[in-house]
Amino acid sequence: MSANQDATNLLEVRGLTKIFGTLTACDHIDLDIARGEIHALLGENGAGKSTLVKMLFGSLEPNSGEIFWNGQAVRISSPGVAKKLGIGMVFQHFSLFEALTAAENIALSLDDGSPISSIAAKARALSYSYGLPLDPESLVGDLSVGERQRIEIIRCLLQTPQLIILDEPTSVLTPQEADKLFQTLERLRSEGKSILYISHRLEEVKRICDRATVLRHGKVVGHCNPREETASSLARMMVGNEVQAVVRAPVDGIETAQPLLEIRNLSRKPATPFSIPLKGISLNVRAGEVIGIAGVAGNGQGEFFESVSGEVLQQDAASVRIRGKDAGGLTITGRRLLGAAFVPEERLGHGAAPRMKLSENLLLSRHATDGKAFVGTGGMVKSGAIYAAAQRIIEAMDVRKSAPDPEAAALSGGNLQKFIVGRELDRRPSVMVVNQPTWGVDAGAAAHIRQALIELSRSGSAVLVISQDLDELFEISDAIAVMHNGELSKPLPIAEATFEKVGLLMGGAEPGHAEHTLETA
Amino acid sequence: MDITVNILLTIATAATPLLIAAIGELVVERSGVLNLGVEGMMIMGAVGGFGATYLTGSPWIGLLAAIAMGAVFSLLFAVMTLSLATNQVATGLSLTLLGLGLSGMMGTSFVGQPGERLPNLDIPGLTSIPVIGRLLFGQDPIFYISIALTAAVMWFLFKTRTGLTLRSIGDSHTSAHALGIHVIRYRYLAVIFGGACAGLAGGHLSLVYTPQWVENMTAGRGWIALALVVFASWRPWRVLAGAYIFGAVWIGQLHAQAFGIPVPSQFLSSLPYLATVVVLVLISRNKRLTMMNTPASLGQPFVPDR
Repeated sequence: MSANQDATNLLEVRGLTKIFGTLTACDHIDLDIARGEIHALLGENGAGKSTLVKMLFGSLEPNSGEIFWNGQAVRISSPGVAKKLGIGMVFQHFSLFEALTAAENIALSLDDGSPISSIAAKARALSYSYGLPLDPESLVGDLSVGERQRIEIIRCLLQTPQLIILDEPTSVLTPQEADKLFQTLERLRSEGKSILYISHRLEEVKRICDRATVLRHGKVVGHCNPREETASSLARMMVGNEVQAVVRAPVDGIETAQPLLEIRNLSRKPATPFSIPLKGISLNVRAGEVIGIAGVAGNGQGEFFESVSGEVLQQDAASVRIRGKDAGGLTITGRRLLGAAFVPEERLGHGAAPRMKLSENLLLSRHATDGKAFVGTGGMVKSGAIYAAAQRIIEAMDVRKSAPDPEAAALSGGNLQKFIVGRELDRRPSVMVVNQPTWGVDAGAAAHIRQALIELSRSGSAVLVISQDLDELFEISDAIAVMHNGELSKPLPIAEATFEKVGLLMGGAEPGHAEHTLETA
Repeated sequence: MDITVNILLTIATAATPLLIAAIGELVVERSGVLNLGVEGMMIMGAVGGFGATYLTGSPWIGLLAAIAMGAVFSLLFAVMTLSLATNQVATGLSLTLLGLGLSGMMGTSFVGQPGERLPNLDIPGLTSIPVIGRLLFGQDPIFYISIALTAAVMWFLFKTRTGLTLRSIGDSHTSAHALGIHVIRYRYLAVIFGGACAGLAGGHLSLVYTPQWVENMTAGRGWIALALVVFASWRPWRVLAGAYIFGAVWIGQLHAQAFGIPVPSQFLSSLPYLATVVVLVLISRNKRLTMMNTPASLGQPFVPDR
């Protein structure tokens, strides 16, 4: 590569290093991004991808290294500086203001001083031209995650950046929404814009990216053309060794197995004017099987999970039965004591207390069920025992961290998810209910979590998985039910289920047209 | 008729300091900062205003001194909570305690000295119109400032970009930072504005309400102003309405005592706080409304990771 060619690169990064305490998150990273390319940044959780892009966007300051923009050395000391240079970013964790309207959110990121009314019109026009329809007057707090993602993208596009950084943009989109996004990205590329694309979905990367840089443990381990690679060869580069395919052994005699989780005619009025009512949901999950619940985000999955886990109690105690006992009137702890375990969708603030250590988070969810092991006489916490148990889970789930027992918020999303799932698996629960088990989790860790869920079911537990990731559900489920507008279809046995059938149900086709053998038992 | 006008005038005089201090605090809280030091900043404004008037003979200079005193005193809070990221509740409480003590010390030589009152507005021909003349054209200058200030803050918060930016910081300072907004700078300005308002409100007490210096003369008005902001669910026009309701209660309590009506004065003076509790219960029933108006990052220190 000659010096002349180098100068034409939009962005060059040389030896960028960021150290947090004892952890070197980014270790002498080199990266070139040419004009008009979609450049993928690949790596497992904790490989340093988010740290790297935060440095490019000015949210973090590198310890050493240089950044060249159009061949000029620049110091990106704040997001404001990055914006002035022409770098825009769509965040993984949304950076929207919930109490403001979509138009106001967009207006805030534009510095040209144009009145809010004209921004609303501009946003509406731009959103339709890119196929991401948006109502500028709607309050962000009322919107689904997919719609919020649209605002983030439109907001970024309105700044007309030269380089757009997208951190896991499709993890909250339906397949159709993701397609629209890819068309948008291809259009931007044809306009000469550069895109830095972070994703765990390797098929996506193969589809739209021109080049890829792979990170592992904070170091660049390779560059490649993703179109010439296979998903498994990309995964191998990221992980450093072969990703184990998930194995799901067929189960026999499930019809006669005992249902451990029974949901009978579960209904719920909408809690707020903006949430979905549940309408007469019935479902049995038997010992030894994994049932998947598919559906587009915001069709009642969250409300359903809350009702099953006991975050919201039911009027009718028999509407949720765990191991043959009415549990509808029991709290989360009561249901846990019956042998159930729950993993909510939101990790920070819901699945874990962000400012508490992992061992303390372990105690928070298991103080009742494992009281004897973790709490001694007089209510004294056995800190040695919880520390040891936390370490056992960390080891079993391969959780990467920067300290022996760090705060939950210090872990990357995927690693925290591994810990939270591992915390429940460690109990060997007889009923396990998981909402979005691998949201934003990399291929290696996701395979690990999925395999663990299958193994739990095969050892005689009932496992219920709610997910927006159809690939995942097809990989692990013995039957798939679809949630649409607060109603649940009958489960389709996996042998009969196809993407097309499930997709139709997700779109609202008549639920319950498929006969499920288990229902007649 | 005259009695009605007189009562309305005294209600306006009682409501004005509450309104000004609360409007200032509303801007501070909309930026996500909870400054519990309103009482302290007010009393500093009161002693500063009286002192400057006493020394120079001009209540107008006293007015400016009151504003400056509140602003400077709030700067102490700003440096602690914004630059040093101390706990806002603890710092605000200590600001109140410090203000009460410091003002008492500064004011020892002013006790019992005659003060100079800011003159009421007097426009020939207009002020003498029966009934409305005195209400509209014959009040003290700070009354007019308070009304103009409310309108200005309303316009600023909901019609200007800078106001939108300020509200966004109150909603989520991390998101605002990610957009390249100078969170700390905005909050400094908001806190100083709040301090200036509290100082002005204190100045009203020692230059208009009772033109003299008495220790602890704010008598809990700073706390009522704080309650008012919550009572108004962070909306300026409701602060205006609330200030006049609370002002009327305050006056009603004095009159009730004068007429010997057997209502315990303690009950009447606790009414503003009771009303705030009732309003809090009522607004919490509507989650959407609460979410829209409550600054979500209120009271949380902001420390950007570097």
